[in-house]
Amino acid sequence: MKQDTIVEVKDLCVNFYTNQRCNKALREVSFSIRKARTLCIVGESGCGKSVTANSIMQLLPDLGRIESGTITYHGEDETVHIEKLPRNGRKMRSLRGEHIAMIFQDPMTALNPVFSVGYQIEEMIREHLELSHSRSSELAVKLLKDMGVPLPEQRVREYPHQYSGGMRQRAMIAMAMACAPKVLIADEPTTALDVTIQAQIFELMLALKEEKQMAILLITHDMGVVAELADDVAVMYMGNIVESGTAEQVMSSPSHPYTRALLDSIPVLGRGKAQNLEPIRGTTPDPYNRPAGCQFEPRCDYATELCRRQMPTEESVNASDREEKPHMVRCFNYKELTHV
Amino acid sequence: MSDTREILMKVEDLKTYFPVRKGVFKRTAGYVKALDGVDLEIYRGETLGIVGESGCGKTTLGKSVLRLHTPNGGKVHYAFPDGMRNILELKGSELDEARRRLQIVFQDPYSSLNPSFTIFGSFDDPLRKFGVKSKKDRQKIVEKLLSDVNLPGDYMTRYPNEFSGGQRQRIGIARALSVDPELIVCDEAVSALDVSIQAQVLKLLRRLQSERNLTYLFITHDLSVVEYVADRIAVMYLGKVVELADTEELFRRTLHPYTQALLSAIPIADITKRKKRIPLQGDVPSPVNPPSGCTFHPRCAFATEKCRELSPQLETFTFEGREHLVRCHYALDVTSRTQVSQ
Repeated sequence: MKQDTIVEVKDLCVNFYTNQRCNKALREVSFSIRKARTLCIVGESGCGKSVTANSIMQLLPDLGRIESGTITYHGEDETVHIEKLPRNGRKMRSLRGEHIAMIFQDPMTALNPVFSVGYQIEEMIREHLELSHSRSSELAVKLLKDMGVPLPEQRVREYPHQYSGGMRQRAMIAMAMACAPKVLIADEPTTALDVTIQAQIFELMLALKEEKQMAILLITHDMGVVAELADDVAVMYMGNIVESGTAEQVMSSPSHPYTRALLDSIPVLGRGKAQNLEPIRGTTPDPYNRPAGCQFEPRCDYATELCRRQMPTEESVNASDREEKPHMVRCFNYKELTHV
Repeated sequence: MSDTREILMKVEDLKTYFPVRKGVFKRTAGYVKALDGVDLEIYRGETLGIVGESGCGKTTLGKSVLRLHTPNGGKVHYAFPDGMRNILELKGSELDEARRRLQIVFQDPYSSLNPSFTIFGSFDDPLRKFGVKSKKDRQKIVEKLLSDVNLPGDYMTRYPNEFSGGQRQRIGIARALSVDPELIVCDEAVSALDVSIQAQVLKLLRRLQSERNLTYLFITHDLSVVEYVADRIAVMYLGKVVELADTEELFRRTLHPYTQALLSAIPIADITKRKKRIPLQGDVPSPVNPPSGCTFHPRCAFATEKCRELSPQLETFTFEGREHLVRCHYALDVTSRTQVSQ
């Protein structure tokens, strides 16, 4: 295990049980979130990216259960197995917010409309830090100021509906930052925002990563965001991480047919009308009626008989190299792609 | 494109205001100036992209030219076979005729199809309205339309809930095509779709355009999508067009500071192209009470006293024979700035 790993997820399986049916939402997902690095989990809707984030925070709905695998938090002086903690136990509650913080997609529904923004930030501070009332309200103002909210002394008394979308997301980040967490989990933090506001939020997150040496897990569906922000990338499809590695490895030499197809299907700014978009044929399978073997097999151009029967295991693309961060892929035929 | 371009629609000084009502008596307290003097020309067979942030009036523009909103002022001239006429003044059967020529594809494929109608039911009314009397004929037409958008014809007996988002969006496109329109307003037609599905719909739209010589008014917030589909792009900010040019020209020679900031804010899915962002300060101002002078000045890094006081006009420049319209006092100075910042 490397020194700078803060959260390590290993072979995580999560199932959802509804109407006597079982949806294997996550299957053997492994990754690590490292200090001062951004890990992007990218995939289409329904691929399990948010389930992954919610499992780390133990925020799965009652129907969801961590079936097997481990989630380990490496704190400064302790190592915690998150998957073994009771959901609402004292330990989990102290981890949540103080050590691992999360921001959500839609800041309007994540903030409580009947409390002022300042109150909601102070709530976080009072829960985790032993500060007096006046000190905690000072800290709330400072946090808003650090996040670039203008007139924080006044804004701290206002309610979420008086904030614009970008400001609400800043308030959410201020709340997440209140206890200086080691890890920030951001679940599509800018999907509801305009691009210019998105750029502002990204600048802020980058600055926090640099200054506070924070580890960031960023969940997104936008390959553009990955290319801009990620240090490491994990591509998910139907509950599996199909490819992972550094942003450079995955974006410049995609080795899984799905990653490649995904990159070929999006229009890229600057390439104009001449670019040839290749849609991925078919649609994502029904999660209750999954293909037997590789999940991508019905839509894959490289599929063989073996893919139909069996799910491939994770392999390193360059088996020989012993790099810091290996480029992993879950495909039987990745060599065909990489050698073309 | 040659000089023989035929103008299909000419929008002149279009204004759409929505009243803001307050108090017990619903007194009108002010107006949201959703469109505040928009001038545009749409040529036959082209795709005009409209981009901008939320609240800039792009959807209102799309709906106003179709008369789904009633504009407060301005003109929308449309080239009918017997000459240009103002759509906003049409009545009765003339308006019906205009509606046949102008169709719309909505953003959300989940709410744009009536869940209690079969797919055929959704197509039936417009077809009957526009003169297909026999049910057999209508079924035949629907079958043909569905196959045009790569769906099996027998899907017409199914209900919308049986389809995925991408399929519904294709049904929405087929429905717009059912009355054989000339101009289709695509209002964020691919924004709600997953990326792999988005590509299918974009390719379909392109194919249909070349097969049927359609004209699109393509409204989106996604500049990478608009670059792929549009021949010309109009950038909107607070109810006004701030820049309008050929797609290539706009991306190569961006003149308005807002367009520059917008372009620099787009995350590009190409790792070799990490670039410097031009961060914009603050949010889009409220359209109820827009700033004085140039409405972009509070967020513009290059604003001067003149921008604060004087509202710039949409000026036409010509570079290498191509028109480039910009609404900025310092449009030409911006060119030199761009080269420095890149």
